[in-house]
Amino acid sequence: MHSVVEICLIILFLPLISSTALIFFNKRLPRGGDLLATACIGIPFCLAWYVFYRVIAVGHDPQFLITGAMQWFTIGPGNAGWGFHIDNLTAVMLVVVTTVSFCVHVYSIGYMRGEDYYGRYFSYLSLFSFSMLLLVLCDNLLLLYVSWELVGLSSYLLIGFFFRKHSAADACKKAFITTRVGDVGMFIGLLMIYRQTHTFNYIEVFRGVQEAVQSGAWSETTWTIAGILLFCGAIGKSAQFPLHVWLPDAMEGPTPVSALIHAATMVAAGVYLVGRLYPLFSPDALLFIAYTGLITAFFAATIAITQFDIKRVLAYSTISQLGYMMTALGVGGFAAGLCHLMTHAAFKSLLFLCSGSVIHAAHTQDMREMGSLHKKMPVTFWTMLIGAAAISGVPLFSGFYSKDAILASALGFGMEHPNHRIIFIGLLIGAGITGFYMFRLIFMTFFRAPADDHRYRHAHESPRIMTGPLVVLAILSAGAGWFALGEHGWFERLVVPYSVGTAGVAPAAVEADGHSAHNIAMILSIVMAGAGILISAVFYYWKTCSAERWAKALGPIYRLVYNKYYIDELYKKTAVGGTLIAMRILAVFDRVVIDGLVNFSAYFVRAWSYISGAFDLHVVDGAVNGLAWGTRLVGTISTLFQSGVVQNYIMKVVAIVAFILLFQNILTTFL
Amino acid sequence: MMLQPTLSHYLVVSSCLFVLGLFILVTRRHAVRLLMGIELILNAANINLVAFNHYTATGLDGHVFAIFVMILAACEAAVALAIILAIYQQYANIDIDRMNSMRE
Repeated sequence: MHSVVEICLIILFLPLISSTALIFFNKRLPRGGDLLATACIGIPFCLAWYVFYRVIAVGHDPQFLITGAMQWFTIGPGNAGWGFHIDNLTAVMLVVVTTVSFCVHVYSIGYMRGEDYYGRYFSYLSLFSFSMLLLVLCDNLLLLYVSWELVGLSSYLLIGFFFRKHSAADACKKAFITTRVGDVGMFIGLLMIYRQTHTFNYIEVFRGVQEAVQSGAWSETTWTIAGILLFCGAIGKSAQFPLHVWLPDAMEGPTPVSALIHAATMVAAGVYLVGRLYPLFSPDALLFIAYTGLITAFFAATIAITQFDIKRVLAYSTISQLGYMMTALGVGGFAAGLCHLMTHAAFKSLLFLCSGSVIHAAHTQDMREMGSLHKKMPVTFWTMLIGAAAISGVPLFSGFYSKDAILASALGFGMEHPNHRIIFIGLLIGAGITGFYMFRLIFMTFFRAPADDHRYRHAHESPRIMTGPLVVLAILSAGAGWFALGEHGWFERLVVPYSVGTAGVAPAAVEADGHSAHNIAMILSIVMAGAGILISAVFYYWKTCSAERWAKALGPIYRLVYNKYYIDELYKKTAVGGTLIAMRILAVFDRVVIDGLVNFSAYFVRAWSYISGAFDLHVVDGAVNGLAWGTRLVGTISTLFQSGVVQNYIMKVVAIVAFILLFQNILTTFL
Repeated sequence: MMLQPTLSHYLVVSSCLFVLGLFILVTRRHAVRLLMGIELILNAANINLVAFNHYTATGLDGHVFAIFVMILAACEAAVALAIILAIYQQYANIDIDRMNSMRE
């Protein structure tokens, strides 16, 4: 089985090589090196499918696992290593990442043609692919964290690719900083686990945590806190409820980047994290995850209804779908959540690439200015329709199967724990809203009478290099769910959480309930999706009801949702404003205390130098001058004696001798 | 009673001579008079030498020194008179206050 490890090495390092080559030599390579970058993801793309095939060929072994590790360095009592952890989930993720990345590379050749820094763009894309592949392949928490941050870095670079645009520069900063907030929590959780288990390796960590919980070294609460802290990282990266604000703004990046990062891979990293570290989450932590996912799913879906920017609709839809995945994982629908991750990667990257194609043709992102494009852009239209059908859960498309599985797990969970039935109800309504906003997008973009004649006349189908990936992804979107969960159901049997014995939740029971609830969930989800699509048709296709009138009638609620529940404003007031206030206080502190100290020391030195100057002037110079003055005085006095008159000298001699004699006499007389 | 001369008498005489010589040296301006003052001082010393020799010592040391001094005084007078003569030829004057051309 060594060959799989070697293949994975090639898969991992080819994008890194192309990224490094492109960042240095993109001007010297033909066509800015885009073909090199595409080849360097194309080969891993083929190899990943080969690995996937090998995994299936091994034959439905849920415990299939290959590891290979090297010592990296030692921290305290534990080691950190380089290593691969290749199991079924890894194989699936490899396929997802390389496929979407390859499609995006090919599409970008068409979409980004003629942009500035064309080569650099491909370098960033390759760097991103490398980071994501490392994230998927690595076998320990430390390496996971490293690649996690690398993903954050490359997303920062790609979102801010049009860095001359002010909003793009702001958006990349926002994305980077917001995800950092979650990563701090994740890092603390990671350190908590390391402190307990003295290792980073997944399997050893799982075992260590299990032992800690069983032996009582960790209380249930500690276990839950560690899990929630780890999940904080996923909240940031997967744009879950409190930290979702960066994702809509990240639409400032080039559209293929949105497809790659904000649909298929980076945001999926959070879901992958929860799936990969599943045994580390206590039942309470999983419940927390489920509710976070539910809130996110529902609330992002409602925002998506009101937006007019085609990419923002998709962005909120992404957040909503990520919420679905999280909820699925939280309620124990492990396979359902990860399957939705896979199908979502296919149809959401398809939708984003389609929207890119539309934007390319219509030169606007505002859906109100589009319309009637289905005649002009048949390939884009049909592929996007497939994507929309898939995400809405139209039967036989991939999204139907995965979303259906999620709803079934939620219903099963609700049957097991009647207190938590709201999860299922929320998700079900969310499914209806999904159908509504997706078909609202389709109707507004492709069917309405053209709002702008000029735009309409100039719209045209995108070149083959852009439509090609669309077709590939459309086929995957349509079929992925069928061969994953459909009648074979191998995905569910193949992708199971890494089991370390009896600890942790036992999703099997929930899944069993899920199966019994499957039929109810399926019927309800079809009904809800159909209702959503029908209502959107009523509003935007037949125009029986006017959307504007309803918006006006719902006044305050509409405005609340349209303004994204004012969460950005809230953050601006609290987080940003608070930081500003804190900085102002610090500035005052700086000015008063620090500057005061500096000025005082300057003042002190000045005073001191003034004193020492005075000392120099008066004492030292005084001594020198005084000496000179004294010498002159002595000289002046002694010149008086040097009269040059001999008789004076005699007089003086006589006087002095007389004085000495007299003095001697006085002394001898009185002493 | 017959007045016997003692050492004190000689010393008083010699003191008087010395003071007279000194007085002349300090007060007079005339070079020859100064020379005379010096002679007086030398002779006062001579009287002392002889008197001390007579009253205290046994040999002739005092006398010998007195004769030395007389010889020295003769030599000195000869040299000094020669200098004074030279000065007189130069300046037509022997007032010592005016012999200050070396000062400037």
